Amino acid sequence: MTASTAPPSAPLLAIRGLSKAFLGVQALDGVDFTLRHGEIHALLGENGAGKSTLIKTLTGVYQRDGGTVALEGREIAPRGVEEAQRLHIGTVYQEVNLLPNLSVAENLFLGRQPMRWGLVDRGAMRRRARAVLQPYGLSIDVTAPLGRFSVATQQIIAIARAVDMSAKVLILDEPTASLDAQEVAVLFKVMRTLRSRGIGIVFVTHFLDQVYEVCDSITVLRNGRLVGERRTAELPRLDLVAMMLGRELEAAAHRIDLGPAEVDSRPPLASFKGFGKARSVEPFDLDIRPGEVVALAGLLGSGRTETVRLVFGMDRADKGEATVDGRTIRLKGPRDAVRLGFGFCPEDRKKEGIVGELSVRENIILALQARQGWLKPIPRRRQEEIADRFIRLLDIRTPDAERPIQLLSGGNQQKALLARWLATEPRLLILDEPTRGIDVGAHAEIIRLIERLCADGMALLVVSSELEEIVAYSRRVVVLRDRRHVAELRGGEVSVERIVAAIASETPNVIASESTAGAGSGAEVRQ
Amino acid sequence: MTGALQRFLPLIVTTAVLVVGFLLCAAQFPNFASWRVVANLLTDNAFLGITAVGMTFVILSGGIDLSVGAVIGFTTVLLAVLIEQGGWHPVPAFAVALIAAGGFGAAMGGVIHVFQMPPFIVTLAGMFIARGLGFVLTTDSVPINHPLYGELNDMALRFDFGLKLSLPALLMLGVVAAAVVLAHWTRFGANLYALGGNRQSAELMGVPVARTTVAVYGLSGLLAGLAGIVFSLYTGAGYSLAATGVELDTITAVVIGGTQLTGGYGYVVGTFVGVLIQGLIQTYITFDGTLSSWWTKIAIGVLLFVFILLQKGLLVVWAGRGGEPAEA
Repeated sequence: MTASTAPPSAPLLAIRGLSKAFLGVQALDGVDFTLRHGEIHALLGENGAGKSTLIKTLTGVYQRDGGTVALEGREIAPRGVEEAQRLHIGTVYQEVNLLPNLSVAENLFLGRQPMRWGLVDRGAMRRRARAVLQPYGLSIDVTAPLGRFSVATQQIIAIARAVDMSAKVLILDEPTASLDAQEVAVLFKVMRTLRSRGIGIVFVTHFLDQVYEVCDSITVLRNGRLVGERRTAELPRLDLVAMMLGRELEAAAHRIDLGPAEVDSRPPLASFKGFGKARSVEPFDLDIRPGEVVALAGLLGSGRTETVRLVFGMDRADKGEATVDGRTIRLKGPRDAVRLGFGFCPEDRKKEGIVGELSVRENIILALQARQGWLKPIPRRRQEEIADRFIRLLDIRTPDAERPIQLLSGGNQQKALLARWLATEPRLLILDEPTRGIDVGAHAEIIRLIERLCADGMALLVVSSELEEIVAYSRRVVVLRDRRHVAELRGGEVSVERIVAAIASETPNVIASESTAGAGSGAEVRQ
Repeated sequence: MTGALQRFLPLIVTTAVLVVGFLLCAAQFPNFASWRVVANLLTDNAFLGITAVGMTFVILSGGIDLSVGAVIGFTTVLLAVLIEQGGWHPVPAFAVALIAAGGFGAAMGGVIHVFQMPPFIVTLAGMFIARGLGFVLTTDSVPINHPLYGELNDMALRFDFGLKLSLPALLMLGVVAAAVVLAHWTRFGANLYALGGNRQSAELMGVPVARTTVAVYGLSGLLAGLAGIVFSLYTGAGYSLAATGVELDTITAVVIGGTQLTGGYGYVVGTFVGVLIQGLIQTYITFDGTLSSWWTKIAIGVLLFVFILLQKGLLVVWAGRGGEPAEA
């Protein structure tokens, strides 16, 4: 909040009643958003809130259906990125949209190179590139290819390009997602400098700590609607999380009391100590016992998916150790995890899970066959038996096992995916958002299924954004925030309010501190 | 300057192969190291070099142009028919040929952009069309006997130290020099590299994708047309089957020259060296006299394979190092 520039009468950017629908789905419904000169304004919301639609409407990628957008009091409707740039709206994305094969100088001046006698004046371009980067504290070889520099540097170069093209509005779309703490600090310094020059910055992020560190105002969207705009200083974290998750905390569903948080003394099936990976998730401790559902809760981008990717060996941990049945193991890839009896249903089943053209039977048999090795094919008869058994068991609605799986509904696809891993009789099954994008009926069935699986002694590790759901089936919840395991709730402690409170907690381990003895080993407060 | 070294490494390796190859040849055959051999190397490979420059631009932009060999063949036939059967003077015939070839390339570029079709398929179709058009004009090999052809073939730039550069050789050197300027000192050149680096990012950064795509295929067609003129000078005839497979030779030269087939990385000079390496192998086999000319193909095949492995190896090494520290 600097007042170095005199506040002009009209706000820098005023969006009123913005609406946009895709194929009948209302992505934005009458959203207001106000950005003032010299302000860093956080735009927050969970999946499907409408943040990216709002940004794409601003930058001319989409055309709005209704509402007004005014830049310094003048109505605008950019029809493309170029036009938005001309209107002084610059955008920097998480995946830096620059060209790694061109030099830093060429990236800064592509399309507007200094010319002399009809040719590009490479000397002048180099000099001006150095001058442009200098205020950002970057003194680098501007003739080196951009790809040789870290993502953080590339991001600052992208910002420098946007600002140098005379941006008044700078949109930063999750710029910190792949940066480490030091790089974030550099970026924030740059943002504060730009703010003091009167530039308005829209900052999209999933890291609440960062919001409180650098932002002046916060606008929260949910399901395409405006939840509210607040000054950061006047909005406690708990209220912010409640706004984002959209629940009246007092009225949150209570669960029948399960009694005191008993300490489970059984030996864990799998145990992770100080497990973590730089730029992915901070080191964490996690024990999973047979017959137990451990849920991972947190906001989008809090490190839930990263955690399960490490556990399943999809990403390789660079810190800590893992033991299964008391033996230290090394997870070099998903194959190792499968050999240990782990299974994994990913979040994006279209991209990472189902093979659309193959039949339901082939999809179910896939993991089992992979574990046996492709040289020992499972006999067709046996395949059919397995497929039919799971179709019956999980009530997969399909005319027959030979139907291509892409013709099934989302819920049935999800169940077929589940069947794929159940066929391998896993000891630990990881489910990433098992109920996303499926209808209510299938929803309940999948939850019932989860409960039944545990009763049979299988351990489950579930990632879910649906807090009520987590509370319904899980007796142990690990809460994550900003890529860190911040709390572990057990037994009677598990409730929606406590999860929300843990997500919002300012310092780790204040919630349920006695039960997080193991969860916070790598969780020192980051500043 | 390790950064610069790293960037130019493929180019340096290619050049080293050419120099070492030349020295080995010179060591084996006493009269190999002569200006005459150098001059012939340039003249014999002029049409290939000119075509390869256009191919370099197309590949840098992330595309491919399979039609160039057929365009060369068509151009020679068109020239022969216009000059010998139509009674045209060669100069307007040259102009018509260049316009036709350039327009043909630009049309392919337009199709690639507008319909978002893979360049491989569009230019493959272009290859059949150009080859077929040549046969429509005539199926015979038509000799060109215009006096200007003789004069042009006698033209040469002589240097005191003994080098004699023929017109085709001069044309190729001129095209290479102009191409270097185009690649590194114009916005068009920067746009090409941008397009080859990442089409979507380039578009977001304001690169005129449509114009650049049409222009680069047009340029490739134009240079193939020029190569066709050189080829007709060189052979003194027009024949529909001329320059069969030249598109593959040019792609080979581009890759040996260190340009990545995926686009975005590479240098025109590298392609020039790649052409000379191919020419050198051919010259060696001619000098030897006992080897089958198919050994040329085998040698080039092995070389191509080695260079692709080298590129892959370099990429792996660079990726392994990861991003360098941001603040120096």
